Amino acid sequence: MLSSMEKSIAELRETFKNGGTKSISWRKSQLKALLQLINQNEDSIFKALDQDLGKSPVESYRDEVGVLKKSVTYTLSCLEKWVAPKKAEVPLLFFPAKAEVMPQPLGVVLIFSSWNFPFTLALDPLIGAISAGNTVLLKPSDLAPACMSFLVETIPKYLDNKAVKVLAGGADIGERLLQLKWDKIFFTGSPRVGRLVMAAAAKHLTPVTLELGGKSPAIVDTLSTTPSKAKVTAKRIVGGKWGPCTGQACIAIDYVLVEEKLASTLIELLKKTIKRFYGENIKSLKNISRIVNKHQFQRLVNLLKDPNVADSIVYGGSVDEEKLVIEPTILLDPPLDSEIMSEEIFGPLLPIITLKNIEESIDFINSKSNPLVIYAFTEDDTFKKRILSETSSGTVTFNDSMVQFLCDSLPFGGVGQSGFGRYHGKYSFDTFSHEKSIMHRGFYPEIEPRYPPWTDFKLLFLKLAYQFDYFGLILLLLGFKRS
Amino acid sequence: MASEVEKKAVFDIDSAKEVVQELRASFVAGKTKDYEWRRTQLKAMLKMMDENEPQIVAALRDDLSKPELESSIHEIAMLKNSCKLALKKMKHWVMPEKAKTSLATFPSSAEIVSEPLGVVLVISAWNYPLLLSLDPVIGAIAAGNAIVLKPSEISPATASLLAKLVANYMDSSCIKVVEGAVPETTALLEQKWDKIMYTGNGRIGRIVMAAAAKHLTPVVLELGGKCPVIVDSGINLQVATRRIIAGKWGCNNGQACISPDYIITTKDYAVELVDSFKCELERFYGKNPLESKDLSRVVNSNHFARLLKLLDEGKVSSKIVYGGERDKSNLKIAPTILLDVPQDSLIMNEEIFGPLLPIITIDKVEDSFDLINSGTKPLAAYMFTNNKKLKEKFVEKVSAGGLVINDTTVHLAEPTLPFGGVGDSGMGAYHGKFSFDTFSHKKAVLYRSFAGDAPLRYPPYTNGKLRLLKALLGGSILGIIRALMGWSKA
Repeated sequence: MLSSMEKSIAELRETFKNGGTKSISWRKSQLKALLQLINQNEDSIFKALDQDLGKSPVESYRDEVGVLKKSVTYTLSCLEKWVAPKKAEVPLLFFPAKAEVMPQPLGVVLIFSSWNFPFTLALDPLIGAISAGNTVLLKPSDLAPACMSFLVETIPKYLDNKAVKVLAGGADIGERLLQLKWDKIFFTGSPRVGRLVMAAAAKHLTPVTLELGGKSPAIVDTLSTTPSKAKVTAKRIVGGKWGPCTGQACIAIDYVLVEEKLASTLIELLKKTIKRFYGENIKSLKNISRIVNKHQFQRLVNLLKDPNVADSIVYGGSVDEEKLVIEPTILLDPPLDSEIMSEEIFGPLLPIITLKNIEESIDFINSKSNPLVIYAFTEDDTFKKRILSETSSGTVTFNDSMVQFLCDSLPFGGVGQSGFGRYHGKYSFDTFSHEKSIMHRGFYPEIEPRYPPWTDFKLLFLKLAYQFDYFGLILLLLGFKRS
Repeated sequence: MASEVEKKAVFDIDSAKEVVQELRASFVAGKTKDYEWRRTQLKAMLKMMDENEPQIVAALRDDLSKPELESSIHEIAMLKNSCKLALKKMKHWVMPEKAKTSLATFPSSAEIVSEPLGVVLVISAWNYPLLLSLDPVIGAIAAGNAIVLKPSEISPATASLLAKLVANYMDSSCIKVVEGAVPETTALLEQKWDKIMYTGNGRIGRIVMAAAAKHLTPVVLELGGKCPVIVDSGINLQVATRRIIAGKWGCNNGQACISPDYIITTKDYAVELVDSFKCELERFYGKNPLESKDLSRVVNSNHFARLLKLLDEGKVSSKIVYGGERDKSNLKIAPTILLDVPQDSLIMNEEIFGPLLPIITIDKVEDSFDLINSGTKPLAAYMFTNNKKLKEKFVEKVSAGGLVINDTTVHLAEPTLPFGGVGDSGMGAYHGKFSFDTFSHKKAVLYRSFAGDAPLRYPPYTNGKLRLLKALLGGSILGIIRALMGWSKA
């Protein structure tokens, strides 16, 4: 007796097996339908995001709707190119032979998305999976329930139900899904759950992509240049911290590293910018998301409970439990062994760590596990090179925050504890494909030395052949080389 | 099945921890990142093989009775080529790759930088104990990592030779060989690695991946499967047969992950095919193949017993049409062909990895694709045909790590093709630049300037900004101009 979940998955497998997702025209029609879904439901999407996270339509467009539209459009324009086999060079020795690499869908894939960007993190991988010709089960996060319901109700109205399914539910549903066999699992979330996903995948030898998180630092080295650059730096830091879902983003700036002597300048600039963007205080807070739920709210409030941490607050700190709001908060040099400096914050609290010399930021970052992004505001080319070669992160962005997310030609993914695998643009297509090698050979000419019985002549022939020593081979064949 | 390792101190969890700590210190100190260091190590590896060919051949003979030609060509020559390719191409591989930027991030420039992952673990297999140990190591070195190599205890002579040679020729503070069996491997798997590459079977592959999951360590699993060969009629049968024989018994006597496992042909063609095999097999290995020096032996008594179990199963033993002889004391089984074994027999439900070749017959060649796809995805699939349509169908329908048409196994020697499995045959790929890539992190880098700071990114959020954002993300210049003009009115 199959449960309805198992029946759904059996249907996905059947559809894939019958070639229902193979044709480029099917894939394009699905992508176009997805674009239609987004275009025709923009207001509902804004409403759901407002309900779940208090996101303003501009933030929702910038981080979710717009990103998705761009992604679908880009994929549609490139799909034919991506699907085409790529020729591989073959050495003369194999003549006549043809070699190529052909991308093929993996089969039935499972996508787990997260609650902070409930549309982008669900549909962007979906775009990749469909473009690569797979059938998909999408499991959105129940911590963003309005968005999850929207996806459950709306996707079946636009996409091929036999090939793309959405399942509502919480962690228990997730666990049950992980017991089954998939051809790929794509997971966005925390390292803790990432481990569970990979362990479950190991039972079936299912390849996984894990998009996790970490403490993404911002190194600030530009305050002593022109005032306008300092202002832009401040804007980009504020925009990179509280702009995306009030800091609840894997690529949000987690903490800032700055030289001692510039700390107060930075803090003043940040304060001014915060007030201009978000309002004077918690009562007049606007243009900013809220904390997703009580659990996360409590977690963040607890980070501030430590008296040494509370003492380091230099701006903000007020909370509104009813509205699930914490105002943008800046801390100056909280103790390095406090939880706020060892866990990924994922919220609107910004520690500023001061250093005697900005170069120390490299060792500081290396003392923690590899982040998803390192942001560095600097115009010193030598320092830039040092950051690139002496630190390791998924991405490095110089002199800005967040925008690397919009770059379709850059792979988006982590390294070490921030995850493995990548997507965006063609990388999405690749992550859901198997690159199959194909070699075509002719029956002629035949190379006798390939076959036993073995002789010294054959051994020498093959040695020369493997060195691609064509001249040597000719000499051997003409009798001018002795074995 | 204890390995005959020389009596050393026990290698336990603490020893494993120490090894990793030492390598991590070397990595952090930047030793392995240094370009010259990588070149020196690769050159040292080449020298190591040049100066020790007879010892390597002897060790392989000890472990597998591998014929000298197979050792020289399939292991040593392949490795040397791999090393030379890395030496030649590394300067290109390490260069950052420029990435295009779009209007959405204008003005900016972007690139993808390759960086080493850190400290990696390579666990290799017993059948090509030199190649499967050092080929991944070449990639790991080229990419700038520190490495622990754990060779298989089932090929102990090669494992200890490797340990000795690597210690003598290469930088032990960055590249180490750890010998041992299950306890030592388990101790290693408890540690945190930046990548693990495992070559072997699916059962252990699952264990490796589960251990890696605890540390979120990415893995490459090079596993196996039943590599089918579809044989159509209307081909040069002699050439096809020889190529199948070369890929089967010529590759460690069928003990290779990409060896043809079984054949599918039409009922009409089967007899001709069997006759051709009989003829060519005798030509290659003589009337008494058990005595031929050109065949490896079965690696050990466990595998010998396993293969005999497959062969002696009641419903299968009557299907032998050639061979079947065995010599227990020398661990030899003659090249054996079986015709029409039942689908539910043991031999058709596990990877054979030995000198037994079942032939399954079907009515039409096209039926073979569904038959293959009904099983788990193999590492390789082969087809011999001159029919263009069939070739196209084969390529399109059969899912496997790699495909070869009108030959077997040669794609392994082609460094421009990624070598790896899919589904149960594994994940990830290597060879050539793919080896370098598999041991690298491709770091995305975006350079932005301070000019062009668009206010529309920041609050306060207004409708005008929304309009402009839509236009900008939509990428149309006209749309942007229109929105800008509209916005400046707002």
